Amino acid sequence: MSDQNQNQIELSIQKGIFKANVKFDFKVGECLALWGPSGSGKTTLLRAIAGFERPVTAHVSIAGEVWQDSDQGLYLPTFKRAVGYVFQEASIFTHLNVEDNLTYAVRRNKVQLAPTFWRTVVELLDVAPLMKKYASQLSGGERQRVAIARALLTSPKLLLLDEPLSALDGHKKDEVLPWLERVKHELCISMIYVTHALDELTRLADRVAVMSEGECTRQGSVLEVLTDLHSHFYTDSQEPSVLVEGVIDQLDSQWHLAGLEFAGGTLWLKDQNFKKAQTVRVKISATDVSIATELAQRSSIQNIIAGTILEILQLSHPGECLVKVNCAGTVFLSKITTRSVEQLNLSAGQSVWLQLKSVALLK
Amino acid sequence: MQNALDPSILQALLLTTELAGLTTLLLLVIGTPIAWWLSRSNSAFKFVVKALVAMPLVLPPTVLGFYLLVLLGPNGPIGQLTLGLGLGTLPFTFGGLLVGSLIYSMPFAVQPLQNAFEAIGPRPWEVAQTLRASPWDAFFSVILPLARPGFYMAGVLCFAHTVGEFGIVLMMGGNIPGKTQVVSTQIYGFVESMDYQKANVLSALLLVFSFLVLLPITVLGQKDPRAQNG
Repeated sequence: MSDQNQNQIELSIQKGIFKANVKFDFKVGECLALWGPSGSGKTTLLRAIAGFERPVTAHVSIAGEVWQDSDQGLYLPTFKRAVGYVFQEASIFTHLNVEDNLTYAVRRNKVQLAPTFWRTVVELLDVAPLMKKYASQLSGGERQRVAIARALLTSPKLLLLDEPLSALDGHKKDEVLPWLERVKHELCISMIYVTHALDELTRLADRVAVMSEGECTRQGSVLEVLTDLHSHFYTDSQEPSVLVEGVIDQLDSQWHLAGLEFAGGTLWLKDQNFKKAQTVRVKISATDVSIATELAQRSSIQNIIAGTILEILQLSHPGECLVKVNCAGTVFLSKITTRSVEQLNLSAGQSVWLQLKSVALLK
Repeated sequence: MQNALDPSILQALLLTTELAGLTTLLLLVIGTPIAWWLSRSNSAFKFVVKALVAMPLVLPPTVLGFYLLVLLGPNGPIGQLTLGLGLGTLPFTFGGLLVGSLIYSMPFAVQPLQNAFEAIGPRPWEVAQTLRASPWDAFFSVILPLARPGFYMAGVLCFAHTVGEFGIVLMMGGNIPGKTQVVSTQIYGFVESMDYQKANVLSALLLVFSFLVLLPITVLGQKDPRAQNG
């Protein structure tokens, strides 16, 4: 009945005055991000999925394994769920050193671990040099890496991460984020990642659920949701941008460029030791996109793409507009002056050329 | 000084050690689940239990001893029960002393343990369960080692407090040499019979003992360096 390749979660929670009603559906191996302001109930949902909270009604089925089904009165206690949980703050047992923290998980794992798995995890999170240390001797980033490694050694079918980087300063995030990306790409574990930071979202998530006061207001692929977020929830403090995902299909060794093939055409990036067929995600800021009604014959701009205007939004400053342009299914945003809109006589439905001044690599 | 090695003194010392040791052991076993429940529960009933456990701290030991005597005596409900079961009555026996000590020293086991459990917080318990540890496993593999200083503290306090009890021992035990006479009641007996030298030897012994027992507690009060900001 339950799909082996699908994670299905339906929860209805009431806790004091807090209420939540959600339904998530995502593929095994995908990373679902719960994104929203603090107090929107993300942590409570995560705790309910782990079995720490008793929801009013619940159906949780992970890769074909039913953990909870209130219709049948089924409830697996936390320790019987194949769940990995990385808490917001350090959760390393202080009476054990790092190595013993890791073996704590291995010893209780019912799944026979492949002998190489320990080494894979230790290498993936680079915790080998930390083995003999205690929690108090680790930096915040190191503690989270140990916590992630420990969670992985329980062979989880679902890894829950509750703002694992929020306790770390900006540059310290880089002690953890690249390792998380490696885990995601190399182990193909389903993840639910709670965050309110957009940069974490853009680097890790496949799907995004936007949370607000216990309700999921928007759910979809990260590319769709982010474009929406940026065009609809744009605030002046946040630079609107879009994400484009594609595959490297050309390498130009003479000019050190790489061609990224995506749904709307090809983008040229600086070659950064890309391999052919590698999947790459780039961020294109709306201020780096200009619009032309004719194809410029001689221009320094390398990336010029054809598209159709979807809509033109007036921004809070009367002199600025945000133009949404559809390029064969991929939506781009361009922030231009209201005067340019008038002078070029732009309107929805019109065919235009987008000139992309810069493309930022995300991973 | 030969008088100090009076066999009755050795007997009292032995009995005191036995009583205090057994009381400590049993209280750690009984006190742990009570302290755990008190540290976890949100039940309103919790405050009643907390107050009951703390009562021996404020009640004169003679009051406690008196009621125990009545309850456990041949005419008391519990006394009737033990008689009916062919166990005899507890007052003026070692068993009676033990029951009195268990109740009297209960707060000295429960409170340090409860503080230790509360200081650990709910997180390690939850983490252990996400690592597939069953509740029992999580308790023994994580909570117990993390609460170790609390157990030391509770053990030492229970032992010392039992050695130092007087009122309840006198009421329940009756100061029978070799049977229910412990060091504290023996000192009282020596003073009553004007044998100040023996009273002095025993008192000095208790003085040194108390200091030696309290020293490790003050050392334990210092934090385990490993456990800092863990």
